[in-house]
Parts: sequence; C-alpha cells; structure tokens
Amino acid sequence: MSSPILKLIAQRIALGILLLLAISVLIFAGTQILPGDVAQAILGQSATPESLANLREQLGLNDPAYVRYFHWLGGVLTGDLGTAMSSGQDIATSIKGRLWNTLFLAFWAAIVAVPLAIILGLIAVRYRNGWVDKLISGLALASTSFPEFFIGYLLVYFFAVKWQIFPAISTVYDGMPFGERMQAIALPATALTLVVLAHMMRMTRAAILNVMQSAYVETAELKGLSAFAVIRKHAFPNAIAPIINVVMLNLAYLIVGVVVVEVIFVYPGMGQYLVDHVTKRDVPVVQAVGLIFAAVYISLNIIADIAAIVANPRLRHPK
Amino acid sequence: MSNELEFLSRRVAAGKLSRRDFLGRAAALGIAAPFANSLLSSAARAAGPVKGGTLKAGLVGGESTNSLDPALMMTQVPFAFGKCWGEMIVELSPDGKLENRIAEDIGSSKDAKVWTLKIRDGVEFHNGKTVTAEDVAATLERHSDEKSKSGALGYMKGIETIKASGKEVVLTLKEANADLPYLLSDYHLIVQPNGGKDKPDAGISAGPYVVKTNEPGVRHGGERFANYWQGDKMGHADQIEVIVINDATARTAALQGGQVNMINRVEPKIVDLIKRVPGVTIRNHAGPGHYVFIMHCNTAPFDNNDLRMALKLAIDREEMLTKVLRGYGSLGNDFPINAAYPLFTEIEQRKYDPDKAKFHYKKSGHDGTVLLRTSDVAFPGAVDASQLFQQSAAKAGIKIELKREPGDGYWNEVWNKQPFCASYWGGRSTQDQMYSTAYLSTADWNDTRFMRPDFDKMVLAARAELDEAKRKQMYHDMAVLVRDEGGLILPMFNQFIDATGAKVDGWVDDPHQELMNGYALAKCWLQA
Repeated sequence: MSSPILKLIAQRIALGILLLLAISVLIFAGTQILPGDVAQAILGQSATPESLANLREQLGLNDPAYVRYFHWLGGVLTGDLGTAMSSGQDIATSIKGRLWNTLFLAFWAAIVAVPLAIILGLIAVRYRNGWVDKLISGLALASTSFPEFFIGYLLVYFFAVKWQIFPAISTVYDGMPFGERMQAIALPATALTLVVLAHMMRMTRAAILNVMQSAYVETAELKGLSAFAVIRKHAFPNAIAPIINVVMLNLAYLIVGVVVVEVIFVYPGMGQYLVDHVTKRDVPVVQAVGLIFAAVYISLNIIADIAAIVANPRLRHPK
Repeated sequence: MSNELEFLSRRVAAGKLSRRDFLGRAAALGIAAPFANSLLSSAARAAGPVKGGTLKAGLVGGESTNSLDPALMMTQVPFAFGKCWGEMIVELSPDGKLENRIAEDIGSSKDAKVWTLKIRDGVEFHNGKTVTAEDVAATLERHSDEKSKSGALGYMKGIETIKASGKEVVLTLKEANADLPYLLSDYHLIVQPNGGKDKPDAGISAGPYVVKTNEPGVRHGGERFANYWQGDKMGHADQIEVIVINDATARTAALQGGQVNMINRVEPKIVDLIKRVPGVTIRNHAGPGHYVFIMHCNTAPFDNNDLRMALKLAIDREEMLTKVLRGYGSLGNDFPINAAYPLFTEIEQRKYDPDKAKFHYKKSGHDGTVLLRTSDVAFPGAVDASQLFQQSAAKAGIKIELKREPGDGYWNEVWNKQPFCASYWGGRSTQDQMYSTAYLSTADWNDTRFMRPDFDKMVLAARAELDEAKRKQMYHDMAVLVRDEGGLILPMFNQFIDATGAKVDGWVDDPHQELMNGYALAKCWLQA
C-alpha cells in the first residue's frame, strides 16, 4: 500500500472533521432558535427581570452568538462539555459512564449480529430462492418489521417473566461482576441483534447476488468449484464494500438509536440520559449528546469508506 | 380479612399486643372468636419481622437529575429513598396521628404561636455524631430561608424565629398555626448534621439505612445502620435497593420476574391482570390524591359561577370512576378533601344532573364551545376522562372542545396558565396545607385563581383555632364554599396502587402516600 491510499484516508478524515464542525454549528444554531434562553429555563417560573439579567451576565449570554459558539467549541475540544443545568453536574463526567455502558451493549450486540448476519446472508445466497433462503429472509424481515418495543416486550415476557432465565431489567453498575453484567444485558442485546440483523443480512445477500452475475463468477462455476467456494473465494471479497457500509450503518444505529431499547430494559446508557434531559429541557446536555452521536456516526462512516477503499483496488485509483 | 386485623394479629405475634386485647378488638370489628383465633395462629407462624436479605423496589419517578439534597426532592424515587436514609422530626402514623421521631415531645403556647420541640436523646447520625437541637434548628433554618429552593419553603415561611437551647428547639410563628407539627412531617425536612448547610447532598441523616450507592436515575442502595435508634421497628433487611424503572411494563415485568420485591404506580387498567400472577399482592388503598379539571375563576367565561356550576353538574363522576380508574378510587365532590384528612366532614355528594346543568348553562348566558386542554401526563387516563366529560356534557347541551396538548412542557405551558385544563394533586397531610397551597388568594399554586378574601380569612382563622369541634365546622364551611363557588371540578380521588412480590411481609396500608408513606423498604421484611 503506497502513498495514494494514505492520502485518500487523510482526505476522508479531514472531510469528517469538517463535517463534524458543520454539525456543531447546526446543533448550536438549533438550540439558539428555541424559544427562551438557558437563563430563562434555569430560573423557570420564579424568574424576575433582575435575576434573569444577572444570570445572563454570569453565563455570558450577553455575548454575541459566535463568541459563545467558539467558547462552547473550545470547551468541547478540551474535554469540557459544560455543566448540566438541571443538576449542576459536570456533563463530561456523567456522560463517561453512560457512553461506556452504551458502547458495551452495542459491542456485544454487534459481536453477535454482524457475523450472524453475514453467515445467514451467505447461506441465503447459497440456497437462493429455495426454502432455506425464504425462511431466513422471512424471519429476518419479520423481526425487523416489529417495532423495537414489541420485540423487547416479547423477550421480557418469555425470557424474564415466564421462564425466568434472564432478568427483566438491565440495571448495570460499576464493579458489577462480568458474568452478571453479561446476564443483565442478554435481553437488550438480543433485542438489538434482532432489530439490525435483517438489514445487514439482506444487504449481504443482495451485494453477493449482484456480484454473482459477473462473468468471473461464471468462470469460477465453469471450472467446477463448489457453490460455497465460489461465493467465499470470488463473490464475497468483491461484495465486501457494500457489506461493510451497511454493517457500519447498523453499528452506528446500535450506539445512537437504542433509546427505546434502553428505556424498556432500564439500561443506564446514553439513550436514557438523553431522554431524561430532553424532558427537562437541559440544553447543554442535549448539545453534548448530539455532538457525541454525530461524532460516532461520522467516524463509523469514515471507517466504512476506508475499509471499502482498502478492500477494493479500483476505488484506490480513481479515473 | 381487614388489614387492621392482620396488622393487629402480627402485633400479637411480635409480643406487642396481648392476646386478650386482640380478641377484644377483633370482636369490636365484628369478627367471631374462632376465626380470630385461627388468624392468630397463622400470624404466629409468620412471627415477627425477619432480619436479613436484600429488599428491592422498582419505582417510577427517578431521573438522572435527582440529588440527595432533601430540599430538592420532588419525585417518588428521592422521596422513597429519603425515608430509608433520612430521619424526620415527626412523622404521620398510618392511622393519621402524629408520631414523634427525633422530637420526643412537641408542645405549644396557648395561642399556637410558640412551639417547643424537645429533642430525643441518643439518636445518632450515620457519621457517628449525636443529633442535637442545633442540628434540628439548622435544618429548619435551611428550609425556611427565603433563598432556599426547598420544596417545604411554602409552609416554612410562616416561621419567624428558630432558636436552639439545650435539648429544645423553640419556634415562633408569624401567625398562629395549630397544624405546625403536621407541617414538620413534610418529607423534605430530613434532619441533617448542621442542617445540611455544609454539604446538603451528602446523604447523611439518622435513618435506618446508610447510603451506599447513589446513581441518580439508575439505582440507589443502602446498608442497615447498626446504631439506628429504633432497630426493632425499622431496618429489617440487611440491604435495600431502589431501582429506577420509569416504564410501567418493565416495572411489572421486574416484579413478576422477581428482580424487585415491590413496585409503585400499577396502572388501574392492568391491576386485574397482575392480581392473577401467583405470589404478587396488589396493595391498593385510598389516599388524598385526586384527579381534577380546573377552571380559572377570574378568566372569561369561567368567571361566571353559573357556568362553573353547569360544568360541575355535567360531569358523570361514577362513569369516570368505573371506566378510568376501574373502581380503584372514590367519588370526588368538587373540594380537595376526603376521608384521608383528620378533620374531614361529609358533604352531600354532587351527582350528574344534565337538566340542572342545562339550567345553569342557560343562566350563565354563555353559548358556544368551552375549550378544555388535556394531556396524558395530566393524570393516567386523563385523555379518556376528558372525552367522557365531553360526552356527558354534550347530553346537557354543553359543547366542550378538547385540545390534546403535548406532555412535554404541559406543566410549564398549560397547567396554571390556561383557564381550563386537566390536572392532578397528590394531596397534603392537613386541610390547612391543602388549602394554603392551592386555594389562598396569594398561593403560588392557586391553579383555579380562587381569590376570595372571605375564604382567606377562614383559612387563617381555622389555622389558629385549637378547639377541634370548631375547627371541623370551619373546614366544613370552607369546603362548601370551594365546592359551590370555586373553579375546581373534582370527579375522583385516585388510590395508590402498589404491588409486592412473594415473601414480602410487614406491609401496612398508609393513607398518606404511596409505598406506606415511603416507608415500605424501611419497614417491610422478607420472609425466611
């Protein structure tokens, strides 16, 4: 691998940072056009004109918007996300544990979901249009079609209430033994797996089928390779770019889209944290969480791009 | 079997009530001796409290923004956990009487203006320090400071001076108040070292459990305090844990799956389903909480008493009680007081009367629609209740237009701002507290804009009156005034519906608040 690929990667990363900056402007601007301001929100009904003026002064709300934006951005870059309005706690400290919990859950859901989806996709292609293919696709589509909360409640009903194999609620805490922690996240991780499985599986199947039309696959078949060998050696490597793309999209979803699942299973992650603070109109927290979610999305997309470039020589040499 | 009897039988088993007394009381309740005897033997089998184990509660009403500072406690989880680690000056007992806790004795001057609290000896804080009169005084000072954000500030403002001397705290009030001891049972008034002035959220008091875990919005945990002054009465489990479960389905699932031993706020519509689950006991009981529709008495068209009366007569309370609360409540009568209050008196029940409603509606001169704002968060089932109201009013020729407001921001934008909306009240421990919070002209939360100088005078007079019979009459008159001329439509009082799992024992219904007035974790135990 030579310098063109490094250059491409550097370009992608630079682009990602620019995008993140743009998003930070959007988030900041969005919170500015909300009615009222932070001082009003903090003081609530007991606000008097004097106390409002004092608090505005104290929070620097009298500065022009761009000054406040750079102030906020500067804080974010140095790891200072500000303090939560509603509780006065340092946001960065409270988010750390929550983010770790969310990542932990996403990690285990991904560990199960990604290989499972790809393997099922490969099997579906191998037996395409047969009953195995239809069964896999049908089940996967069904699990995706149910809303997350329904899947969650079904799992709770059977595994927690009826058979009592796993706990119904997934409260995890620092210093919890690993085994217990795994048991606690079993149901939410399963729910998430079911939610993202079908998308990845279907995309894998479609991408490989697409490649299967190619002349070189026909050649491979003609030279007598077994069906699985054709798929594994010739079709899959060429279909890897779109598969990585959809995998990354779903990984991002596992981190930023789990609000409902976290609420159902009472899992102390970012989703719960965000919901709590949105109801309290705690703008600094919502800003911080929004930015973190944006960063997750962008970085996973960059990784997908880079992986696709590495996997596909043609992308490395744009015409 | 009545809960009282069950409670009494356990007292006998625990050796706190004689067998003869028990039989006497059972007879008074109309229970025949053989049955009472069999009750006793089963209670003896269950015997008294069992020490040990971990008692867990899954509760709605906790957020990551909660704090251990008692002044800032607002919702159910800080309230219930507060009763585990906090010790109060006085408390209300389940039968509505005052129970002295840190205060050994409370006495007042004849005019109910100067109150003296005698502080109990030998009560210890979790940090090893002994509770002194100074700590109690500092606690009251902190909560009565104008600048304090305390939820108790409203009542505490009436205290003029607080002085600690020796073993006593002397309170001088601005105006006489015969109910002061009841006000001191406010759940915010947890006694803290130096009143919590140094570190309000340290979670240190003299309650049965020491705070071990505090993860707001996730879980709170406590370990039994070895030096608790009333170790035989409270703190039976070795450890207690509160897990925040705001989702109703998750909460019931956690109880059914055995992850928690008790939950709060079971929805009326699923109570009958939960009852069928083996091992689960529904603990429903009446309380002072009520569901309301509130009209601003000073805003057109609600500034017309005939229109207000028409709407009060146009609501079908019984239908609402059966359909929305499934019977887990009682009928309301348009004043915010029911039998949960010590000085309650019955007033003739107002009934659905479309003809009379039509008459008052015509007389009011208003025609056209009346706009009612409602939302799911106003109370569970509020939207359904509003629709029932709309239909029953239509039969009286009154057109109610419903506007469904988003739950987010309802308490800031609609309640106490818009002239007609659905809402709820948790109730208070005394009538004075309830009326002072929401019906005095000057009350911050006067959400019906009920501004009547004559009513204000009655409240102040009743507050200073020490003769109970006279006071009862005064409260009766006040209730009639609110009922007939106020802006409150109160179709029903809701019950608290908690549930416990298998093995939980020691439950005593308490009319004041859910979860045995918050003491369920502190007072219940797990059967061996």
